[in-house]
This record gives sequence, structure tokens and C-alpha cells, in this order.
Amino acid sequence: MKNYNRLIFELSKEGRKAYSLPPCDIPEVSVDDMIPASFVRDNEPELPEVSEVDVVRHFTNLSNKNYGVDTGFYPLGSCTMKYNPKINEDMAALGGFANIHPIQPQATVQGALELMYELDGMLSEISGMDRVSLQPAAGAHGELTGLMIIKAYHENRGDKKRNKIIVPDSAHGTNPASAAVAGFEIVEIESDEHGAVDLDKLKAVLNDDIAGLMLTNPSTLGLFETNIKQIADLVHEAGGLLYYDGANTNAIMGIARPGDMGFDVIHLNLHKTFSTPHGGGGPGSGPVGVKSELVKFLPVPVIEKKGDAYILDYDRPESIGKVKSFYGNFGVAVKAYAYILSMGGEGLKDVSRKAVLNANYMMSKLKKYYELPMEQVCKHEFVLSGLLENDNDITTLDVAKRLLDYGYHPPTIYFPLIVSNAIMIEPTETESPETLDSFIDIMIKIAEEAKENPDILKTAPHDTPVRRIDEAKAARSLILKWDGISKHKE
Amino acid sequence: MHRYLPHTEDDERLMLESIGAKSTDDLFTDIPSELRLGRKLDLDNSLSEIELSDRMKALSGKNKGSDELICFLGAGAYDHYIPSVVKHLVMRSEFYTAYTPYQPEISQGTLQAIFEYQTMICSLTGMDVTNASMYDGATACVEAAMMAVENARRSSIIVSRTVHPEVRAVLKSYMRFRDVEVIEADMADGITDVEKLKSLVEAGTAGVIVQNPNFFGIIEDLTEIEKMVHSNKALLIDYVDPISLGILKSPGESGVDIVAGEGQSLGNSLSFGGPYLGFLATTSKLMRKMPGRIVGQSEDVDGKRAFVLTLQAREQHIRRYKATSNICSNQGLNALTAAIYMTTMGKQGLKEVAEQSTKKAHYAMKQLTGSGKYKLMFNKPFFKEFAVIGETASCKVNDELLKHNILGGFELDKEYPELKNSLLICVTEKRTKAQIDKLSQVMEVV
Amino acid sequence: METKSGLFYSQDHEWVKVEGNKAYIGITDYAQHALGEIVYVELPTVGDELNAGDVFGVIESVKAASDSYIPVSGKVLEVNEALSDSPQLVNEDPYGSWIVVVEITDKADLDDLMNEQEYQEFCEKEA
Repeated sequence: MKNYNRLIFELSKEGRKAYSLPPCDIPEVSVDDMIPASFVRDNEPELPEVSEVDVVRHFTNLSNKNYGVDTGFYPLGSCTMKYNPKINEDMAALGGFANIHPIQPQATVQGALELMYELDGMLSEISGMDRVSLQPAAGAHGELTGLMIIKAYHENRGDKKRNKIIVPDSAHGTNPASAAVAGFEIVEIESDEHGAVDLDKLKAVLNDDIAGLMLTNPSTLGLFETNIKQIADLVHEAGGLLYYDGANTNAIMGIARPGDMGFDVIHLNLHKTFSTPHGGGGPGSGPVGVKSELVKFLPVPVIEKKGDAYILDYDRPESIGKVKSFYGNFGVAVKAYAYILSMGGEGLKDVSRKAVLNANYMMSKLKKYYELPMEQVCKHEFVLSGLLENDNDITTLDVAKRLLDYGYHPPTIYFPLIVSNAIMIEPTETESPETLDSFIDIMIKIAEEAKENPDILKTAPHDTPVRRIDEAKAARSLILKWDGISKHKE
Repeated sequence: MHRYLPHTEDDERLMLESIGAKSTDDLFTDIPSELRLGRKLDLDNSLSEIELSDRMKALSGKNKGSDELICFLGAGAYDHYIPSVVKHLVMRSEFYTAYTPYQPEISQGTLQAIFEYQTMICSLTGMDVTNASMYDGATACVEAAMMAVENARRSSIIVSRTVHPEVRAVLKSYMRFRDVEVIEADMADGITDVEKLKSLVEAGTAGVIVQNPNFFGIIEDLTEIEKMVHSNKALLIDYVDPISLGILKSPGESGVDIVAGEGQSLGNSLSFGGPYLGFLATTSKLMRKMPGRIVGQSEDVDGKRAFVLTLQAREQHIRRYKATSNICSNQGLNALTAAIYMTTMGKQGLKEVAEQSTKKAHYAMKQLTGSGKYKLMFNKPFFKEFAVIGETASCKVNDELLKHNILGGFELDKEYPELKNSLLICVTEKRTKAQIDKLSQVMEVV
Repeated sequence: METKSGLFYSQDHEWVKVEGNKAYIGITDYAQHALGEIVYVELPTVGDELNAGDVFGVIESVKAASDSYIPVSGKVLEVNEALSDSPQLVNEDPYGSWIVVVEITDKADLDDLMNEQEYQEFCEKEA
């Protein structure tokens, strides 16, 4: 059914319905008697009118045009596309979790509060921090929250001139964007030839106007920042704080902890490291952890244990306030909690060991065919720089699109920005060597095709529900909703 | 061996040989020894599926959900009916185990569903353009406020006190760090005090935020506010309940510039406050100021209709610190849920949900105020929520209701200290006459 | 890469064509090529007073966004509205598709710009 090409609106027929409600069992009244005509809408919203079977077939057909972790190998660097355990979905759907109202009496949600309190403790232990707030809804939201905490810390000390955040040029785009939204100016520093922080360049910008440094470790190149202790000391000596972007935590669980490296504020991505599904773009969850001296700035409420009871503590005058309604993406937290219990402490360490093993295995095989700009042991991911032999002007995009024909999700491409033609591969720990070998074979085959049959790459993909899409046309014509006219080819 | 980790000992040995390493430990020598943890993580041992399930059920059993309690609590999160098909379709793993649709050729399912979501949200709100969703209603409202600030290059936002307290709280924390002043406009008899609002709007005002129906469930008349805001060249931001738009005038019809709202009630479970989705819609004129992912229609090389993320040059992965916002993800699965919900309920269904909620809420109001023990706090047209005031402390009333397995209304004095002994009661289409009668009987004798 | 004689060029890859007190300003062939398919041109407002080096617009392609810096100080007299509907004109004819016309405040600003040959050498170095 990959040729299915109908919009739900094109299936609509006046009078059809897919729902049932019981008859209204209260004495008959008219809405007109309750709401003045001036408040009532003139034109009905144009929602589809279809039968229940139509709804089911339509969205099932759409799902068939998608590729998920359950479909196949998904080595998307920086995104940690590991297997999403099914039992976690069942657990989050339990009535006692899925059907509780966020503001019902605390005595009736003790299990939910206990879960959040315990998850805070587990994430603190894994990261080496003192307290964790589950409120931020995503990684970027965690960054913003963490930067607000950093700003509040400096302001609280009466140090109001610290208005700059240092961000390496290898950073995720959200880092500088979050710093800007938190009201900081951004100082970008160039990485050294290994993609690591250049200590001299760091020293040159450290000043009494620096509020902090944002860093991912392992870096976005998948390499451990071996100088992290010196970096932390330098930033601390200059009066700044260290922010840890937790995107790459899957490499170090049970082995090293950001808290021990000198980081003061961190965020973790439950949808990466802790196996909760990415959902086609969300929901994520980006808990923020801090060292003890920053706990008072965490968003309200903080969950506390008093005797045997768990309570929501709002009485925190130095808190940055709320960054989201209620307490965060609770449903996502339930899945991460279930995952941590399933793995156990030693299991999490094994996760990181196997993630790193898989990445190094792939790197050692692929570097014979693709350029490896930094030859050293990698952590959970590695970055290649296009084909080793490339006489036919094959781009990284061509390689990625050809992988689609072979039934794989491509790696992350053209990121980090400091590597040209970047191909960033993160296999994760849940993949077997057989899966890795099959993918490696295809990557080698593509490298051969690049020499012998370049056109097949340049015109790829051939075997997908749609082929290369005219993105310029989309951005120029800007059709952002159904216009009611169907002019497409079947 | 763990069930999620496929490597046998043999596998590990052969892989290490291939790499040229003696042990997996060799792969971690780049981490300085003084930074290694050097002990086991202080966490429990791995649990089997049966053990896990027992432990989770024990925790879940300590909560009382809306399947055990009759829910009259709303205040921003609502117990509306969720058709069975919604969960079945959302749980198609090709949807929920996919990443952001950055490879459009194998993500047409996600992309088309978002395109359909965008179409339905635009139709519901009467606006030109919307994005693929935001974290929740409150953060969507913050982004709307930032759009106004950027658009007008002014640095003050006025928000009515009848806007949800959580939304105002989130707005204040964000704006504090961006040096944008947030001014609260007072209320009079449960609605925005238009005269006071007029006195606050000045040359520095970038936007005015109102909620409709407002936090007390009352439908605000935007006619005068809209004129006044626009004559001052500021933007009008409307925070709406999407279910209400089954019958109420759309923000587009009222001349609103930016619509934000909480989309939870479109098929998403209560889940103790999240994950939900925020929606954000605006006019063509402000389109490029809107943050977040947007899906557009295009064609592939064979001329076949195809969908793709577009207008990406606004976003953080391209614009970095100059981006319109730092938002990266959307609430993809929740937006999909909303799309499937709106499709299933359809044109008639959404209207019927809105009408039944309105009718049942008004019936409940009559039952509760019949004997005179409780009074309707504000005598204004309302949708599915209304405030009543009595002689007894609201927490006492709720305690008594809970004994009868009824989840009572929001205790208004928690957020509005002046509103003592008052409850905000919410009635959705799910409530029956018998449940409403029971509510009023219990409250009558407290 | 195409260049045109008689124009002034900036290091940010803008060209300036001077007619009396007026300067027509656009982006060079090198710049449009580097950006790729252009999908949107954000134009300034007529009457804006700009100083050399100020951002006067943004040019967006599918995968990039680039600020445009005004090479000479002046007051915006005209903007090329045709680019709002057809941004691809910048790709098709970069030297024919001016973005703004300004009234030059100080012709001395032109001394800081390059001529055609200097610009060609500059681009070679950049590449």
C-alpha cells in the first residue's frame, strides 16, 4: 500500500461519522438559550466526515509509509535510536498513571509522586548530581531551564554583569539558541583539530562577563573530552558554571558521571538514553539536574518526602518559577523509570559498554571506505567525512538517499558543522553484530556503486513511497494546509 | 545476557578482535582514571518483565484515576471521551518509534498526518497557518508572546488575570530572563476588566493575552478589546480550549492575531499533566515569526504529491542563536493523537461534544444552585466550567466528595485568594445525569 | 563564477551599482551559488536609514539563512518587491536582481569596496 496517496479530507462524505456518544440524558435544552448568538461561530470547522473503518485504514496506510526503530536499523547519530521496550508502553498506559488529573488531591496520587521522587534519585545517581527536576519537556527545554538556573545563580550573588555563554562551534544548534532565549549573548569558540575544546581559545574568552560554558561530553564527534577537568577548573576559576548537554550520555552510564567531571547543571534526554520512543518528533523529556548549591533555583514544584508522604513543594522563593504546566511529561517519565528498573545499575553500565563496542566495531570496518577525520577510539558514535574515493562528485546526501533503497534509515548527515560532508553514525547497544554487518556491507556496496554507477546514487532513492522531494518548491509555494483542490497524480 | 542486549560472549570477543582491542575496557582508556566512577551505580538489580510489572502496578495502584473517580475537575486538563481507535492507531509502532521526519521519503506517514493536523487546527481556529505543535498550552502562549515582542519590537506584554494561572506563571519565568515586562490586567466579575485594560495598554505594549473561554469558563467578549489592541498597533493573543471551538466563534472571526492553546482534550489522556500538546496558529502576515516545525506540500521528482518540513530557515538547527525560538522537537505523537481524534469525531462529533458539555454543565449549575446553598459566582455566559460559592471551605467540600469517589472542582482560593469557599466545576460530555445529581446531593449536605 | 565590470563588490559578496547618488545593491553570482536554491528574500522598509555594515535583509535557501549587510550607508529608496513572489530571480539573474536601492550618504564608503578583478581574486582565495 506504499502508493496510498489520499488525504483524509478527500475521503470525506457529508453525513458520515466515526464516533458514537450516548444520547444527552438531561432534560432537553437548546444551546441558543445558554450562549448568546454573538458568541457562536457562523461557519462550522471543516473537519472530515468519515466512517470508523475509513479512519483506521487511512492512518494504518500512513503508518506504512513511515520507518521506525521497529522497522529496522536506525543509526541516526546524536539521537540514540535504541529499541523502545513494549512493556514500558503498557506500564505508562496503566489507569493509575494515564488517567490521573494533574491537580487532583495529592493524597490520591501518592504513587505518581513516589515514582517521580524515585526517578529523580536514580537520575541523580547516574549523573552525579544532587537533585533533578522532571519538568522540562525536551532537551532544548532542559537547556533553557538550566541556563535560567545559571542566570538566577549569578543574579542571586549580585553578579549582574555575567551575560555571556560560551558555546563550542561543534555544539548542537539548540545550545546557542537556548542561550539566546535565556537572554545571554553567545561566544562561539573554535574547536581544535580533534574537535575538542581548544584550551587556549577558551582561556582567551574567559572573563568576568562569562556566565558559563555549554558542553557535550562525549562531544558531538563522539569523542571524550579528555581535558574536561582542566576545562571545568578554568571556567570555575573565572567565576562561571559548566552546563552539560546530556545528548550523549548513552556512552558513559556507570562509567563516568558529569557531576564528577565538574558540571554544575545538566539535562538528560529520557527519549534518547532512557529508551522512551521519539514519537515522530516528540514527546521527549529533558530533566535538569543540579549540584546542591543550585537546588534552590530549580523550577517549582519540587517533590519532597515528608514522613511516608510525598508532597509537591511550591514554597521555594528563589526558584526560577515554572517552565511548563504542571510537572513535566509524566507519561514519558513512567517509561524511563520502567527502563531503569528493567536494566538495573549494572545493566545500564552494560548498555554504555555495548553502545561503545558497536560504534568502534563499525568505525573500524567503515574507515577503509569512508574518510575518518579523527582516528582515535570513539565512544557511542563516530563521524565520517564522505567517501574515501570520490571521483564522481557523490555527496553525503546521495549516500544517505541510497541507503533508503536498501531499507535503512540513514545516519545523521551534515552535522556536526565542523566536519565537511559529515556522516554521523550511532548504532546503539540494542543492535546485534549481524545487523551491523548487514549495514556495513551495504555501505561498502554503496561506496562501490559510487565508482561504478554514480547515477544510481545521484537519483536515489528509487524504491520509497515518494522519491526526492522538491524542498524549494515547498518553501516557495508554502502550501501549509489542504486547499480543497486535489491536483495530485495518483 | 539482558533481553534488550543481543551480544553473546562470542559476539563480543569477535568484535573486539576485529577492532584490535583486548577488552571492552580498552575502549574507555580515553576517560582519565580519576574521572571513572570506580564503583557500581547505587541502583537496584535488573528486573524481569513480571517483576517490573508487579512493581509498577503496585505504584499505579496507589493512585486513584478517573476510571475510579467521577471527575468534575478541569482547570486546564479535561476528562473528555477518547474513542478506542485513537490509541490503537497512535500505537502503530511505525509512528511512535520514528524520529523527526528529517528523511521525508520514508516519513510520509508522520508528515502527512501533521499536514492534516495543521489543516484541522487552522479550520478550527479560523487562522491561516499553524505549526506541528509545541510542548503544551502554556509554552505555546509564551511563544505567542515572544512573536508579539519580536513583531512590534516592544517589550511589554499584558495578560488578563482571567488567563490560566499556570500559563501566567510560565509566561513570567520566561519573560523575566528576556527582560520583557509582564503586566497583569485585573478582572471584574469574572471577566477581563476592559476599562482597566485600556488604561494599561500604551506605546510599549507588544501584545495582550486573553483566554476564551477564560479560566472561570466564561466566554469573554473580544469586540472592544480587539479594537483597542489593534488601534494601539499591538497584537491580540487568544488562549483557547479547542473543544469549545466546536460551537464558539473562532478566534479568526474575532480578529485575533495569534491563537495558542492546550490540545490535551483532543484525544490525549490526562497522564498527570503530560505529555500534552500546545497549538499555535497565526495569520499569513506573521507566519515567518512563528517558531516550530511546519509541514508543507510539494512534489517528488516524479511529480507525485509529497510532504516535507519547510520554512526551516527560521529554526535553531540552521539559524542557531538567531533562531525565532530554541524549540527543536514538537509533541509529534500528541499532535498525531489530536489529528486522529479530530478525524474520528469529525465535524458533527466535535460539535456534539461541545454541545453536550455545555448542556450538562448548565444542568449541573442549576442543580447545584437550586436550593440556594450554592450560588453561581459570576452570572455570565459560560461553556463547560463554572464557579460556585457556598458557605463551606472548598477543601472541605472536596474532601467530602472524595469520600463518595467524586473528584470535586478546582479550589479557586488556591490561585485567587479573594475567592473563598468557591469551586470551579467542570462538566464534560462523559458525565451522566445520575453522576451530576450525585454531585449535587453530596454537596447539598456538606 | 560570473562577475560584471563596472560594479563595486563587498567581502560579504554583495555588488553595488552606482547611478548618481543612487546605489543598486544585490548579491553576487558566487553568493547565490553558495546559498543554493533561494526560497525567500526578506526586504527592508523604504525609508530605513542604514549604516554600512547593518543587516538590511535575510536571504533564505532551503538549508541556510544568510544575513545581508549593506555595503554603503544610505536611506532605502526602493525595494525589489518582485523578489517577494519570485525569490528564484536571485538565482537566475543575480546581477539583474537588485534587492534595494539606497541614496548614498557618503561616497567615500565605496573606497572600501573591491573592483571586479579584486573581487575575483578575493573569491579565489576564499575557495
